[in-house]
Amino acid sequence: MTALGKLFRTTAFKLSIAYLVLFSIGAGMVLTRVGARVKEVLDEQIEQTVDAEIRALSEQYAQGGLRQLANAVERRVRAPGGSLYLLTNHAGEVIVGNIEQPKFTPSGSSELVETTYERRGEPGETHPALLRLFLLPGGFRLLIGHDIQDHQVLRDILRRALGVSLFWLALVGAFGGLFMAHRMLERVDVMSDSARRIMAGDMHERLAVSGAGDELDRLAENFNAMLERISELMAGLREVSDNIAHDLKTPLTRLRNRAEAALHGSSSDSEHREALAAVIEESDSLIRVFDALLMIARAEAGYSSDNLAMFDADAVVRDIVEMYEPVAEEQGARLDVETQSGLAVTGSRELLGQALVNLVDNALKYGVAGENPTIAVSARRLGENIEIAVADRGPGISPQDRERVVGRFVRLENSRSRPGSGLGLSMAAAVARLHHGALRIEDNAPGLRVALSLPATRAMPGPASRATERA
Amino acid sequence: MRILIIEDDREASDYLVKAFRQQGHVAEHEHDGLAGYARAAEGEYDVLLVDRMLPKMDGLSLISSLREQGVETPALILSALGQVDDRVKGLRAGGDDYLPKPYAFSELLARVEALARRRVGAKGEETHYRVGDLELDRLSHKVTVGGQEVVLQPREFRLLEYLMKHAGQVVTRTMLLENVWDYHFDPQTNVIDVHISRLRSKIDKGRENQLLHTVRGAGYMIRDSAR
Repeated sequence: MTALGKLFRTTAFKLSIAYLVLFSIGAGMVLTRVGARVKEVLDEQIEQTVDAEIRALSEQYAQGGLRQLANAVERRVRAPGGSLYLLTNHAGEVIVGNIEQPKFTPSGSSELVETTYERRGEPGETHPALLRLFLLPGGFRLLIGHDIQDHQVLRDILRRALGVSLFWLALVGAFGGLFMAHRMLERVDVMSDSARRIMAGDMHERLAVSGAGDELDRLAENFNAMLERISELMAGLREVSDNIAHDLKTPLTRLRNRAEAALHGSSSDSEHREALAAVIEESDSLIRVFDALLMIARAEAGYSSDNLAMFDADAVVRDIVEMYEPVAEEQGARLDVETQSGLAVTGSRELLGQALVNLVDNALKYGVAGENPTIAVSARRLGENIEIAVADRGPGISPQDRERVVGRFVRLENSRSRPGSGLGLSMAAAVARLHHGALRIEDNAPGLRVALSLPATRAMPGPASRATERA
Repeated sequence: MRILIIEDDREASDYLVKAFRQQGHVAEHEHDGLAGYARAAEGEYDVLLVDRMLPKMDGLSLISSLREQGVETPALILSALGQVDDRVKGLRAGGDDYLPKPYAFSELLARVEALARRRVGAKGEETHYRVGDLELDRLSHKVTVGGQEVVLQPREFRLLEYLMKHAGQVVTRTMLLENVWDYHFDPQTNVIDVHISRLRSKIDKGRENQLLHTVRGAGYMIRDSAR
């Protein structure tokens, strides 16, 4: 497509042309109407004048006969102006008047008739006029009328004005349209160039925002926000694949080594069995890591809304605490639970449960220290949010590590020796994000406090209480 | 027990057929959705094992078509899609249980047996269970051992109730988590074991013939071993 063709095809140009046509029709209609109205008014005026003249002259005739009438007409003929008079006798001879006998003579009606006339002494030069014939007793005919050359001049002026204005309208409209189309096209071209570069793989490119705050800017801003989100998701994906490369190959290697050792090594049956059991155990833990990674990815990509339901967060908290109480007891620790009731949340009860399991599990793994170790689990309303917190009295996490520890596969130095995948906190954080909430890691002075802050749903008694029963 | 396995991976289905036959069950298989549907609709099976992604007709449509035809054979869905929402979709389509791949055969076996049993016992839920001298009354929520009442926490009661409902069958840890706690994630630590050992201390204390058995590599079973 040529550059000009592209310009003509723009929406802005097409719109300009459409408006131009509409405006032209509108202007034409207005001017035509004005012209018609002006003519009407002028014609009316002439009619009134002619009527008045006829009344006056026929009075003169009634008072003083032909003589007085002829005098009166004579006086009027001499006066300047566009009035026309012609008094003839029954034979058609002119008695007095300022026009020649017109070729077309209005018949004896009381209507004004539009016709042409010649001035006396200027034969061959016709002028337009409105004339009316008045028959007097005695066979005299009186033609009275008015020159309407002025009307035609006025009509011509209006017509010319219409033509000129339409011409300028078209000119300005076409150029304005082209100018606007060009400006639009320029910005859209810049945008599509950016989009092409982004498609080609440059994810850092963004659409230009002019700062005018118009609809194109809004569009560009939204596209940029969308690109930002896509970048985030892609970064997440890349992180996952990197993690898979780094952290899944290690256990896979271990798995392979074990199988190989069993194949080539000692050959007693019980040793083989033992090796196979170890292989199964290793693959099971790999599957768990896979599941966790998939779940995090799914939660971060967003969850289909038909699987989200309203449930009581406090019921989930109590469930999990009840589930872990004997485990804690076995480790010589205590789980304290404190929940407000009816803390309705919209989301996935299962995922929240899993996130909480991860937090409690972490606390039991790393936060049990000193005499009488206690882990406090709480759920409460905090403004518009519901805060679910697991707080321990263990060694805690130093401030500089707190952000890092949420990342996938991140395991702090002192925890590396213990079993775990390093996915627990990142999964909890993903679950929080899925619920449009956040995960905070805080100092419990001493110890660690991990809080899930989720937006509260206004409680409706039905589904929430059902969720509690289910639990 | 007659089991129909509808699974397009031949190696997996051959393995399952062999493993179920070793357990004394009759196992047959089909490799695509349409053939599986035809066979499931006409044959008399106790349990269907349906892979979710099948050629010609996917597992979920297969099950929902069967249900529309009035075939109520219990169906267990096997799927690589193991997230919570996948599971919900599977059960909504008419599946009776859902097991994500990869799975342990012991887990699958326990679930298949529970499904088949559920069908037999569908005549009406019993209100009173008895295993040896252990009795549980579901109406009065009372548990007695040798006539002596044992006080159980609500969760312990439900745990025992589920075990006794499936007396003589292996019940896996995930089955317990699903049916007693109503959560479907993987119990990573020994949570269930600790609950079981608490329950055991209440009903099997100082007894020679234990009722609550640990089945190595699979789960638990309640059974009167004295008989």
